[in-house]
Amino acid sequence: MKKISKLGLLILLSIVSTIWIGCGDDMPSTSKVPDDQFDRSTMLEHWVDGFIIPGYQSYLEVVDSMDAKAKRFAVDPNTSRLNDLRNNYRFAYNAWQEVSLFEIGKAEEVALRNNTNIYPTKTEEILENISTGTYNLALPSTIAQQGLPAIDFLIYGIGETDQEIVDLYINSPNQRIYLTDLTSRLTSLTRAVYNDWTNGYREAFIADDGSSASSSVNRMVNDYLFYYERFLRAGKIAIPAGVFSGTPLANNVEALYTPTPTINKSLYINSLTKFKDFFDGKSSYIGNGPSLSAYLEYIQNLTNGADVSGAITTAMDNAIVVSLDLNNDLNAQVIEDNSKMLETYDALQVITVLMKTDMLSTLNISVDYVDADGD
Amino acid sequence: MKINSYLDKTTKAASLAAFRILFGLLMLVSLIRFAALGWIDKLYISPNFFFKYTGFFWVHPIGEWTYLLFAFCGLSAIGVTLGYRYRLSIVSFFLSFTYIELMDKTTYLNHYYFISVMAFIMIWLPMHRYYSVDAYRDHNIRAQYIPQWTVDAIKVVLGIVYFYAGLAKINYDWLVNALPLKIWLPGSYDLPIIGGLLEQSWVAYMFSWSGMIYDLMIPFLLLWKPTRNIAFFLVVVFHLLTRALFPIGMFPYIMIVSTLIFFDARVHEKILDVFSKLIGISRSIFDNRVSLTTKQLAHHNWKIYIVGIFLILQLLLPFRHLIYPGNLYWTEEGYRFSWRVMLMEKAGTATFKIVDGKTGKRFYVDNKDFLTSFQEKQMATQPDMIVEYAHYLRDHFASQGHQNVEVYVESYVTLNGALSKPYINPKVDLGKESDTWTHKDYILEY
Repeated sequence: MKKISKLGLLILLSIVSTIWIGCGDDMPSTSKVPDDQFDRSTMLEHWVDGFIIPGYQSYLEVVDSMDAKAKRFAVDPNTSRLNDLRNNYRFAYNAWQEVSLFEIGKAEEVALRNNTNIYPTKTEEILENISTGTYNLALPSTIAQQGLPAIDFLIYGIGETDQEIVDLYINSPNQRIYLTDLTSRLTSLTRAVYNDWTNGYREAFIADDGSSASSSVNRMVNDYLFYYERFLRAGKIAIPAGVFSGTPLANNVEALYTPTPTINKSLYINSLTKFKDFFDGKSSYIGNGPSLSAYLEYIQNLTNGADVSGAITTAMDNAIVVSLDLNNDLNAQVIEDNSKMLETYDALQVITVLMKTDMLSTLNISVDYVDADGD
Repeated sequence: MKINSYLDKTTKAASLAAFRILFGLLMLVSLIRFAALGWIDKLYISPNFFFKYTGFFWVHPIGEWTYLLFAFCGLSAIGVTLGYRYRLSIVSFFLSFTYIELMDKTTYLNHYYFISVMAFIMIWLPMHRYYSVDAYRDHNIRAQYIPQWTVDAIKVVLGIVYFYAGLAKINYDWLVNALPLKIWLPGSYDLPIIGGLLEQSWVAYMFSWSGMIYDLMIPFLLLWKPTRNIAFFLVVVFHLLTRALFPIGMFPYIMIVSTLIFFDARVHEKILDVFSKLIGISRSIFDNRVSLTTKQLAHHNWKIYIVGIFLILQLLLPFRHLIYPGNLYWTEEGYRFSWRVMLMEKAGTATFKIVDGKTGKRFYVDNKDFLTSFQEKQMATQPDMIVEYAHYLRDHFASQGHQNVEVYVESYVTLNGALSKPYINPKVDLGKESDTWTHKDYILEY
């Protein structure tokens, strides 16, 4: 009998400790983190207060005023109001580059990026929506009929001359409605995301500072890389350069219809710079703070590992230098000398490799944040 | 003579009966957990492409039927637990479980392989002669005593797992640099109590060395009676610790429960007594004083040969890496099926380029069009998967009307925290290379 109770005790002990450990995975840690450790929650705080919330705030302001200007234009379409709207649109597109990479939380839920910046925009479907007046922009199938690329088309590409464009709006109530539907949808989606961050999600995001696959740091890093690969590297450079198709697709550049001064290169450079600033923790709102470069350096010191942070910084600096050499109009660059686009892609690809292999490996972050068993 | 007298030695059948019941139950729990986590769909149904094992290209994914296969496997596990039509149950468990594992190389884990190995050997052992539905219904197969070697065979399997895992830890990075633990341990900084210690370098060294010593010693400490209790205590502590530190699912529990086989038959009888109380069928019904002899069990000794040859194969297989040149961790030639558990931190990226061999026209492949992110991650660091995927891409693009398809890969891999290096020769057309057990000379040197 004595043996059995010993065994029972052991099994009980195993079960208890399993439950204790099992819960440990999901519980926010309440214990105070010692000083010699890298403080992930400070990093999360810096991300939210230095990049995410102020980024959305300034983007929200500029889409808000774009919406107001679109409505003003719709009331009385004329070239002066059109140009007013166009200027605002340029600011909005630029501000978007700052927040596009934060597709997390509410932004992920409402698919902010898909509803804001899917290009090339489908002009035929837009024209059909305008002529029938029936459309549902909440449907996922309509993502290429709305957002900034659709506005680009509606304010620059829909007519030959400015007067022609203004006349189209004067003659088509449906077109006026469609334009303002697009601008107000951008405003309301962005406001929902901004409000979510400022009403509780900020705290929840910072508090989830654990190491599990679904913790804030892991998710943010995954989203950051996903954004870089798909939307920055592929969307802005590789796809128009024909890297994945074999044939260049010059019309797949961002902001295709915006004429001189074209903005697609500056949008790209801005997004690349913001991408680097986030890595370095360089906030234009609150100054420097801990971010991925500091985190990498901290771990490198612990493990006597290679200087991954330095390698990434060098690769990013190089990519920016190569990129600055591009034509101000990427569409023209693809048509006239695509080899420069391909060179840019190569420089961007170096960053992909370093981040996906070396950075993730050093930071112990799983590339696929859905859990799976290991050995 | 000595061998014959060993084969004549008997022990209580309760040992294998208890092992059978616990093993079956744990398998059932593992399968239910796997299904509940949504992994059947995620790993076996939603991918478009599956990585096959050399020699098992005929194993095909079966779509929605996979659910049925898991159900069948679960039912077999219940059959094993109950000892109901045991031979049929264990054979169907072994086949269905192994088929699931063979469907996609991506999900290979040493502990899934362990389960296949254990299930295979259990086919040939008298696990159902005692405290089973079969023995309850048919007193002819009922036996209170069975040959000692049938219990020892299971101990040998477990001993191999531990000892070889220990041997694999005797390498420079593991012992001298405490890698990869130095990289992994800080990741669990938020564990209660020990979390704060995990970033200390000496902790990584302590874990590396004690892990190596533990793996090498534990089979012997479990075998020797005076140290058995303390050894089992160490087993529990070790596996729960690894469970806390790493995402290794059910494996710790399976190992903890399996090592109970090292105890005296009396302990196994006590375990059966617990089940007796639970279901109200007394163990004493099976105490018929009948001894199953090796002769009765194994006509013409062929079962002994199967088990013996299988165990010898298990002893040799982990050394097959010696016939390949280069760094084993880099090339992974002969890496699997060798109990190399948690030995390296490896990550990579592989970008494939499709070239028209005549015109030179080229484009890159977006891996996400064909692979899940889990598959992409696993593929990027394993040459056999890279070449298999390259063949798939070659055929895919040829069938799409592309001409003279050549497939090149630009790949980089980081191993144990060193800066990433080029992995596969980017100048080699992988479409023309074969994926066999011979050395792959297109793997660049480490």
